[in-house]
Amino acid sequence: MSTQSTNSFFLSSLSKKYFMAATGLFLIVFLIGHIAGNLQLFMSGYEGRLQFNEYAVFMTTFIPVKILSYITYFCIVFHVVDGVALTIQNRKARPQKYAYSRPDKNTNFSARNMMVLGSLILIFLGVHMYAFWAQYHWNDQMPIMLHTDGVSPLLKETSAAIKGGQVVGTDVVLNGEVLGPVMKDLYQIVMEAYQVWWVTLFYVISMVVLAFHLWHGFASGFQSLGLNHPRYMPVIVIAGRVFSIVVPALFAAIPIYIFLFVK
Amino acid sequence: MNLKLKIWRQKGPKAEGKMVEYPVNDVSPDMSFLEMLDVLNDHLVEKGDEPVAFEHDCREGICGSCSLYINGEPHGPGRGITTCQLHMRSFKEGETVYIEPWRAKAFPIIKDLVTDRSAFDRIVQSGGFISVNTGSPVDANAIPIRKESADEAFDAATCIGCGACVASCKNASAMLFVSAKVSHLSLLPQGQPQAKERVLAMVAQMDAEGFGNCTNTQACEVECPKGISIEHIARMNREYLGAAISYSPPKATVGGD
Ligand code: HEM
Ligand code: FES
Repeated sequence: MSTQSTNSFFLSSLSKKYFMAATGLFLIVFLIGHIAGNLQLFMSGYEGRLQFNEYAVFMTTFIPVKILSYITYFCIVFHVVDGVALTIQNRKARPQKYAYSRPDKNTNFSARNMMVLGSLILIFLGVHMYAFWAQYHWNDQMPIMLHTDGVSPLLKETSAAIKGGQVVGTDVVLNGEVLGPVMKDLYQIVMEAYQVWWVTLFYVISMVVLAFHLWHGFASGFQSLGLNHPRYMPVIVIAGRVFSIVVPALFAAIPIYIFLFVK
Repeated sequence: MNLKLKIWRQKGPKAEGKMVEYPVNDVSPDMSFLEMLDVLNDHLVEKGDEPVAFEHDCREGICGSCSLYINGEPHGPGRGITTCQLHMRSFKEGETVYIEPWRAKAFPIIKDLVTDRSAFDRIVQSGGFISVNTGSPVDANAIPIRKESADEAFDAATCIGCGACVASCKNASAMLFVSAKVSHLSLLPQGQPQAKERVLAMVAQMDAEGFGNCTNTQACEVECPKGISIEHIARMNREYLGAAISYSPPKATVGGD
């Protein structure tokens, strides 16, 4: 019998599937964390704004969260590269198409279109990262978090409002002394973004796409890792279907709420 | 009944093929699909045309030779049956029936509807066996086997190797076939000694043959004439992962010169 070197293990069809599943399932866990954070956007007033902006500071500075975020970036890149590699191989496995085929007789829409759905998600991720993540990290013209008095800037690290503080670049300066970086008002740019109908619509459509990706992906990830058992699989399938509807629906509810009710 | 057939005609492995239309008349609804093709071929021969080449042997659903992609599905619209078990009553009067060979890089077309499925044989040769001592047969119940395992192994063993799984899969993946062979042997104590080498070797051979990867669409399970479940694919996925991590090839401890 032939034996396999480590190298061919990593290149084998099954290994590509393990990585696809492991990264996909990790991204599902990421979605749970992300939605939990986003739900804070339903809060309004000064308290809501402050809490969300403090949360943004926490997410971008707390080391364990930063590590998780790098794992997430890695998973997205790996998931995409692996997905493209698998799709290319799969296309090559049938160089000549059927003249007449009825895949609708034996598969569902999501299962047949994972690459298309994934590519749409990737476009969404690009737009989404540009709109918030890139602005938050690199835009020095971002709105800044002000105290209820409407003039005092808040410090990023302590949330302390500095009476009479000036914002120079991204720092708060009081009497010529630099006190530290200013807290940016991410809440504000989120609220502004979803006043625009097509931005909101794009977000909602993207969540529908995500729902379809997860409709197949959730249970599929378990199957790829070999976690299929007659007793548990029905539970996993149902949990996956519930997840694939509820989580994207919650994500989508936020911009809809902002569009309709926040002025 | 009268039908309009659209059949893939291809003179040889390298030739260009195309769909050709043939009317067939006076088909009895009680005929099997292959009998209907026999009638067509009789007419073609009478007219001095080349008959349509298609593969068949047992005509009772046990050999796995008949392998036609009918109206967009392997083995046609029925469930749990092979092409030879499909009857013309499944079609409507005047219907257009598309008939194509399995399409996969690993199953090259030999002629018309006949494909070369020896890739499956090579996968089985790579690991689909157990080692037993020669001599008189072992007593049937010498090795106790759990009823559940025996049943499951038997379910996997019902695979007739027809290739409908590959044909139905959008990725032309052979995972249902390979996993059925892996399960069939690894569920039984007799298959244990070579379990790790088997799954590694069979998957390597499957990849080398140019089959696609499984995307868990489950089309294979729906179309399999023997109703083999994708649970076997999950078992293969588990076994391969375990084997890839823990298998070390045997090393020679004594060497000659
Ligand atoms: C938050 C985002 C995403 C999540 C939660 C996610 C989740 C998943 C999961 C759980 C699977 C099933 C894995 C398996 O069958 O083993 C999957 C499959 C897949 N994903 Fe994603 N995915 C996401 C984004 C993307 C993106 C951006 C792309 C690419 C362009 C993509 C492309 C694919 C493809 C092609 C498959 C099918 C692969 C296969 O089964 O061979 N996904 N995804
Ligand atoms: S001819 Fe043997 S299975 Fe159909």
